[in-house]
Amino acid sequence: MTDTLKATETRAARLRPHWRATPMARFAAEFADSPVAVAALFVTLTLGLLALFANFITPQNPYDLMQLDIMEGMQPPGSTSFDGTMTYHLGTDQQGRDMLSAIIFGLRMSLGVGAMSTVIALSVGMSIGVLAAYFGGRVDSIIMRIVDLQLSFPAILVALILLAVLGKGVDKVIFALIIVQWAYYARTVRGTALVERRKEYIEAASCLALSHRRIVFRHLLPNCLPPLIVVATVQVANAIALEATLSFLGVGVPITEPSLGLLIANGYDYMLSGRYWIAFFPGVALLVTIVAINLVGDQLRDVLNPRLKR
Amino acid sequence: MLVYLLRRLGQSLFVVAAMAVLVFIGVYAIGSPIDIMISPDADQAEMEAAIARLGLDKPLWEQFFIFVKNALQGDLGRSFVYSTDALSLILSKLPATLELAFLALLFAIFIGVPLGMIAGLKPNSIAGKTIMAGSIMGFSLPNFWQGMMLILLFAVIFKLLPSGGRGETVEVFGIAFSFLTLDGLSHMLLPAINLALFKTSLVIRLARAGTREASLQDYVKFARAKGLSQRRIVLVHIAKNIMIPVVTILGLELGSMIAFAVVTESVFAWPGMGKLLIDSIQLLDRPVVVAYLMLTVFMFIIINFTVDMLYCLLDPRVRLSEVRA
Amino acid sequence: MRKSTLLCAVSLAAVLASPAAAQELTIGIAAEPSALDPHYHNLGPNNAMRRHIFESLVLTDENQRLHPGLASSYEPLDETTWQFKLREGVTFHDGSPFTAKDVIYTVCRVPTVENSPSSFTVYTKAIAGMEAKDPHTLIITTDGPYPLLPNELASWGVLSATANGVTGDIGFSRDGCTGIDSYPKTEAFNSGEAAIGTGMYKFGEYTRGEKIVFERNEDYWGDKAEWATVTFRPITADGPRVAALLAGDVDMIDNPPLQDLERIRSEGFQVSQGLSNRVIYLHMDHEQEPTPGVTGTDKNPFKDVRVRQAVSMAINRDAIVERIMGGVAVPAGELLPPGMFGSSPDAKATPYDPDAAKKLLAEAGYPDGFGLTIGSPNDRYINDAQVTQAVAQMLTRIGIETQVDAVTASTFFARRNKFEFSMYLAGWGSATGEMSSPLRALIATKDKDKGYGGTNAGRYSNPDLDALIDKALATVDDDKREAILQEASKLAMDDFAILPLHFEVTPWAFRKGITYVPRADQYTLATGVKPAS
Repeated sequence: MTDTLKATETRAARLRPHWRATPMARFAAEFADSPVAVAALFVTLTLGLLALFANFITPQNPYDLMQLDIMEGMQPPGSTSFDGTMTYHLGTDQQGRDMLSAIIFGLRMSLGVGAMSTVIALSVGMSIGVLAAYFGGRVDSIIMRIVDLQLSFPAILVALILLAVLGKGVDKVIFALIIVQWAYYARTVRGTALVERRKEYIEAASCLALSHRRIVFRHLLPNCLPPLIVVATVQVANAIALEATLSFLGVGVPITEPSLGLLIANGYDYMLSGRYWIAFFPGVALLVTIVAINLVGDQLRDVLNPRLKR
Repeated sequence: MLVYLLRRLGQSLFVVAAMAVLVFIGVYAIGSPIDIMISPDADQAEMEAAIARLGLDKPLWEQFFIFVKNALQGDLGRSFVYSTDALSLILSKLPATLELAFLALLFAIFIGVPLGMIAGLKPNSIAGKTIMAGSIMGFSLPNFWQGMMLILLFAVIFKLLPSGGRGETVEVFGIAFSFLTLDGLSHMLLPAINLALFKTSLVIRLARAGTREASLQDYVKFARAKGLSQRRIVLVHIAKNIMIPVVTILGLELGSMIAFAVVTESVFAWPGMGKLLIDSIQLLDRPVVVAYLMLTVFMFIIINFTVDMLYCLLDPRVRLSEVRA
Repeated sequence: MRKSTLLCAVSLAAVLASPAAAQELTIGIAAEPSALDPHYHNLGPNNAMRRHIFESLVLTDENQRLHPGLASSYEPLDETTWQFKLREGVTFHDGSPFTAKDVIYTVCRVPTVENSPSSFTVYTKAIAGMEAKDPHTLIITTDGPYPLLPNELASWGVLSATANGVTGDIGFSRDGCTGIDSYPKTEAFNSGEAAIGTGMYKFGEYTRGEKIVFERNEDYWGDKAEWATVTFRPITADGPRVAALLAGDVDMIDNPPLQDLERIRSEGFQVSQGLSNRVIYLHMDHEQEPTPGVTGTDKNPFKDVRVRQAVSMAINRDAIVERIMGGVAVPAGELLPPGMFGSSPDAKATPYDPDAAKKLLAEAGYPDGFGLTIGSPNDRYINDAQVTQAVAQMLTRIGIETQVDAVTASTFFARRNKFEFSMYLAGWGSATGEMSSPLRALIATKDKDKGYGGTNAGRYSNPDLDALIDKALATVDDDKREAILQEASKLAMDDFAILPLHFEVTPWAFRKGITYVPRADQYTLATGVKPAS
């Protein structure tokens, strides 16, 4: 115990000059320690930009039925459309969708659903977690019982049943993902906030007779953010994977606005007959996305959490 | 102690009751199963008769009341589709899921632990880094896509292993098992790998952390000082110590493994509980869905309860703080 | 130790025993029956499976034409009375002789089956009275003229009265028969105890989800079965079913996925395929105004026959058949495939003409089209959601901007029956194999008492059509009835009441050395599997 304490102190002493320089620069420098993480960050940002500007960069809008023609369906990678105006670099699916365009749009759907659900779940979980920690006692124990209960059920099962009840739709998928995610944040925030709550600045704020609201949202919450950012990054990746799995099981996004998961599911039927590209390429895109985000998350954890650095 | 135990028991019962209400209403809300079960030839009159036969014409509260009454006697309803007891239908699929989950568990331990130890002993070597990169991949690969790629590789391209189904089974005490036949084993291999991958990554991380911690401990230093061979230190002293957390975590994870089997069983058409759940959701076979969920709730409650009890026994602080609260 | 050696021996034997050995047949089926009780669940897989054990008075061939079965001949004596001459010398699997009493017993049992999700009373309720003139002559009376009686008698299998404990006479009444103490439960059939029929095969073994085994009935009254033992293995997932065939685990499978046919053939297996009785169609809302799935107008465009015609013309049925169905379907111009009772040889699918469709749409007052959402199941018919998406593409091209709302079948049917769709895709298989079935169910005015319009969720209503159906259903003479049905069908098609897309073609795949004659009713029957000559 004392050993750790001492170690932390010395490390803190070593880090102090950096702190004074600027926190942001220190953060960036530490993050850049790992070239893999930097590459992953680059990939993540590129994917994000691709998704954001999908409408402008894809050769085809796969959601616009005017641009699709079933006569162009199931062309292998590298074939040219009948009118010769475009090349299907990654082939087409059974509806004649250019797979490259479909993947980029699917990426937008996957990232969008992942990010949106994470942001909302984060806000909800954070508020609940902070409240639990700040008020303690009965409120805390009731909230934490619910959180424990929720976390003891596998997310996939909860989401599956929820969506079976709710039906299909992007909004419903996001809702289900929020339901299965909020508890992680609530627990993380509560843990951090419990520690922060005992610190002097909160006591000071209490002595100044500031309102509960002000103390919680202006003082306590901002100090709980770093571990949350780590959890959130990893959770975005988890949410994307979960959404893909749900779409694969047939309870996810609607068929006309496919996410990466649904594209893979569509390709499943054609895999045994050798038309591998319909399922293979979206899978690669999904894999790259999730790995990149996870790598960024890993590095963020190391940087933001000095205790883990050994 | 007794107070705490009783209180936890009460809480657990409350949770079961609350989940029963939620699950029943949720599944009720999915829709009426009659539209897909009835023959299209049936006219309006026959449709209404069928609804009455299945008890679907009664109001929700009455159906729930009947369900609770039967559930208290251990009867979770009859499958609409198969007209058999829903619980025994699910339990008849349990061995298939369990044998798959256990094989996956074995894979996770016998692949994950050695790899994790290597990564822990030589964290900066190429092997160590590769293993850790692999474990990140294992965490990231979506389960279903990974399964499809296994099929594509081993069943379609190389034609080495079957793409799905359970294969030949042998009955032992009236229960069919696949792992006792060559054909059955070959059918199990791909789905078990698929199910194991995620847990293997988890075990690698646990084993790595445990190994790193253990190698710094005094008893290991002492063993080294005593002149024991590196081999013996690793295989006996370190391995023994990391097995405890690994086995504990995996024991707890067995539940989530069975839940995740939903995906694996769908991809590989493995006739287990998960496949039954998905099929029943699609056919709106309400009694089976409700029974499956109640069974799951029950299982997790028991696991949680046991864990809590153990903590309570092992750590008096928990006991004290809970009693005071 | 002993036990494990034994296990090894057993498994080795199982591996060595090739299913291809003579006299044995293994079939992988896509859909498992929910019970072996022939009167429990009126559903395709159940109806197919029961035909091995239980026979009916009238049999249907691969084109659903009627043939004498347990009744060697039958004829209407007048408009409401039918006489059935029963086959002599037929015995049940337990050795008891088949008589008229067994038929009466069966009709008595049908309404009593507990928990039946879909009862067979739809096929027995027309029977007003039954009387055994002698053990092999049965008189059946109906309330009014009922030409479809033989078709319906082909839909249920006959049980043995003696095997189920009836000793005395049975008095028939619709409200409950006399002389019967109790009926066998569904479980008794699943265990084999009550599975006693006159069929070509006898009950062997039944493990749900694993296998159904039949043994040859050596005392069968007709030609003996080809196979000593037949095993049905339910393999619901498409990929594994195909894999099981390719690996030689099974001799034959039904419903191989269309996209795999090429591969199956290239690996030396054979495929037989034939037109089914199932039509895939688009139905439109003829009732609500405004209608829920249409945007950009307050009117219901589908009330205008020009819009309906425009939609039909905008659909390139050949392209759907070729690209989505892999050529394994036939464009439809009617609700029943050519060659079946009541279809017209000159009924052609609406030709594809997008320009004319646009013109018609403009004429109807929608020069810029409108927005539309088509409802569709995504797991019920062959490539259903894919077909709907293709239709959406084609409608978008003539200016009707179309969305697809594809959901799982259970949700789809529930929503359809609540009239939530302005247009939906669905399919209809004619169980009776004649035209009155689709006309009555899909486009006759909804009428609970008459049993009309049960699946008419577009609520199309045309008194002229209803009158023709009424007339057909009261005409016992076959030729006259067929002419009226053809007229009714033409009337509906000319009004674009409903838009048939294609008829499904059902494929079966099997190893070399056996053949299977495709059946319009899509049933997979071991009785139809023959060694190739």
